[in-house]
Amino acid sequence: MTVSDPAVIDLDHVTFRWPGQETDTVAIEELQLQSGEHLFVRGPSGSGKTTFLNLLAGINLPTGGKIRLLGTDLASLSPSKRDRFRADHIGVVFQQFNLLPYLTMLENVTLSCAFSPRKKAHAVKSCDIAASARHLLRSLNLADELHNASVSKLSVGQQQRVAVARALIGGPEILIADEPTSALDADNRDRFLDLLFQEVEAKSCTLVFVSHDQQLAKRFTRSIELTEASSDRTSGGEQ
Amino acid sequence: MTLLRLALKSARFRRVSLLLTVLSIAISVTLLLGVDKTNKEAKSSLLNTVSETDLIVGARSGPTNLLLYSVFRVGNATNNVSWETYEELAAMEEIAWTVPISLGDSHRGFRVMGTTGDYFEHYRYGDKQPLTLKNGKQFDEVYDTVLGADVARSLGYSVGDKIVLSHGLVSADFADHKDKPFTVVGILEKTGTPVDRTVHVSLAGIEAIHIDWQGGARSAVQLDAQQALQFDLTPTSITAFMVGLENKAFTFRVQREINEYNDEPMSAIIPGATLAEFWRTISTIEQILFVISGFVLVAGLLGMLTTILSTLNERRREIAVLRAIGARAIHVVLLILLEILLVVFAGCVAGVAMLYGLLAVGRPIIADRFGVNLAYSWLDQTQLTILVSVILGAVLVGLIPAFIAYRRSLQDGLALKV
Repeated sequence: MTVSDPAVIDLDHVTFRWPGQETDTVAIEELQLQSGEHLFVRGPSGSGKTTFLNLLAGINLPTGGKIRLLGTDLASLSPSKRDRFRADHIGVVFQQFNLLPYLTMLENVTLSCAFSPRKKAHAVKSCDIAASARHLLRSLNLADELHNASVSKLSVGQQQRVAVARALIGGPEILIADEPTSALDADNRDRFLDLLFQEVEAKSCTLVFVSHDQQLAKRFTRSIELTEASSDRTSGGEQ
Repeated sequence: MTLLRLALKSARFRRVSLLLTVLSIAISVTLLLGVDKTNKEAKSSLLNTVSETDLIVGARSGPTNLLLYSVFRVGNATNNVSWETYEELAAMEEIAWTVPISLGDSHRGFRVMGTTGDYFEHYRYGDKQPLTLKNGKQFDEVYDTVLGADVARSLGYSVGDKIVLSHGLVSADFADHKDKPFTVVGILEKTGTPVDRTVHVSLAGIEAIHIDWQGGARSAVQLDAQQALQFDLTPTSITAFMVGLENKAFTFRVQREINEYNDEPMSAIIPGATLAEFWRTISTIEQILFVISGFVLVAGLLGMLTTILSTLNERRREIAVLRAIGARAIHVVLLILLEILLVVFAGCVAGVAMLYGLLAVGRPIIADRFGVNLAYSWLDQTQLTILVSVILGAVLVGLIPAFIAYRRSLQDGLALKV
C-alpha cells in the first residue's frame, strides 16, 4: 500500500451511546491511521474500551459519525457483510482464552481461513494453509513439535503467540489486540511485544493495541487515551 | 463442513455431559419403540390365538363373550349347545370340519376342556401352526388327558401322572371327581396361546365324570370309573364348536344361517374379526403406556435443553473467539443446532441399539415364559416416524439455546465474558 491510499482506519466524529444511557460511551473526534501505523489506546476499565473495539470490528455501529476501514463505510454494509469484512481484513487478539481448547495449535491458526475465503487465498498464495500457519508459528517461536499438540497444555505466553499467529494468517490489514499482555509477567510481556512488532512490521499491518498499562505506550508510534465514561455496561466483562 | 467438524470436536470436548444427555434420549427412544413393538407383538399374538378356524359357534350370546370363553377360557357360557343341534349343523355341506368343545371343569386353577381328537388335527394358531406334542401322545382312552405346556410346567406333571379334575372352576374337596382320575398321556409344546393353560380330555371323559352328577351335585347313585364306561358316553350337550369351511367364501352365508337357526338360539362368530374388535377395547392400556413414554421423551428433551443451556455459559468464550475470526451469528446458531442434532441422532442410534439388545436378551425368556416369539423385524413405518419426531422435537427444543446464543453473540461481540 502506498501513502496515497485511503487511511486504513478513519474515524470521523464517532459517538456511541447504549440505548437508554445519558452520555456517550465512546466519543472520538477524529482518528486516522495509515497502513503500518501502531496505535496505543490507553483505557482503564469502564472507559468504553470494549465498545470502541466492537465499533472498530463492526460488531456495533456508531450512533453518530462514520467509521471507514480501508475506505469502506462499515455502516453501509449489512450485518453479515460486516462479519465477512471482519473475517477478511481484521485479526483479533484477546486478553486471554483466545484459543478453542478442542483444537490443536495448528487447527486454531488455520480456522481463521475457514470463515474468510480472502484470507485463505492469501495464505495459499505461496504454499498451503498449514504451511503458512507453521511458518507463522515458527517465526513466533513456537516449535514444530507443539503444532499438533492440544492448546490446553500451553503456557499463557505461548497461547497469546498462537493467537497472534491466528490473527495474522491470511494477511489482514488490521490487527486489534485487546490487552494481550495483561496475563503475562514482565519478561514474557516484553518478549511477546518484540515478536508482535516483528510480525506486524513484516506484514505492514496496522496495529490497534489496547491496554491500561501506560508503560507500553512508548513502543508505539501513536497513542490515544479513552476518557472515563459513566457507563458501566461496557466494562461489565472486564476484570 | 468446517462447522460440522467444529461441532464434533467441540462436542467431544464436552463429552461427559453430552453422553449423559445421549443416554437419557436413548432411554426414552427405547421406551417409545419398545412400547410400540410390544404392542404390535401383543396384538399379533392375540390375533394369532386361533387361525384357520372360520367360525366359532355357541349358544346365543355376545360375540366377545363367546370368544372369551371358547378361545381364552375366560368366563362362562350362558347356555350349552345340544348335541343334536351340533350334529345337524356340523352336517351342513359347506362345513369341512368341526371341533366340539366342552368346558366347565377345572384342575387346580387350569380349565379343563373336553374335545375330540380332531382338535389336535384342526386347531391352528399363529401362522397356521398345528399343535405338537412335546411328550407322549394324544388321548384315546376315556380317562386320558393331554396337558398344555404351562399346566405341565407349573404343576410339575409328566406323562404317566394321575390327576383329579374338579367340578366347576373352584377346586374344592367336595367337588372333586376323585373317583375318576385321569392319566397324563401327552404334553403339548408351548404355543403362547390359552392352549398352554388347558387340560384336554375327551368328550367322553367329561361325560364319564358327570354321569353320576345331576344339576351340579352328586347324585345318590355313585358309579366308579369302570362302571361309568358301561354307559353310552355320547354327550348330551357341548359348550361350543369350531368350524372350518370348505371355502372361506361361505363364511358370511354359514354365519347367517347359524345365527338364524330356528330350533335353538345360536351365535356364530368370525374369530379374526371378533379378536380385532376385542383388541380395540383393550388397547387403551397400550395408549396409556405410549403417553407415558411420550412424557419420558419430553423429560429427556428437557434434560438435553438444560445441558445445552448450561454449556452455553462455558461456550461463551468459544463463541466470542469464533465471532472474532469472522464467524457470523448464523454460524453460531448452526453450531448449536448441529450439536443438538448430533446428540439426538446419537441418542436415537443408541436407543435403537438398546432396543435390539434388549430384544436379543429378552427374546428367549419371553418365548419361554409367554410363548410370544418377538420378531427381529426392522423398524417399521410407525417406529421410523417416532424417530423422526424425536429428532424434529429436539431441533425445535434446540431453537431455544440457539436463539439465546445468537442474541448473546450479537450483544457480546468481541467482549470476552469470562
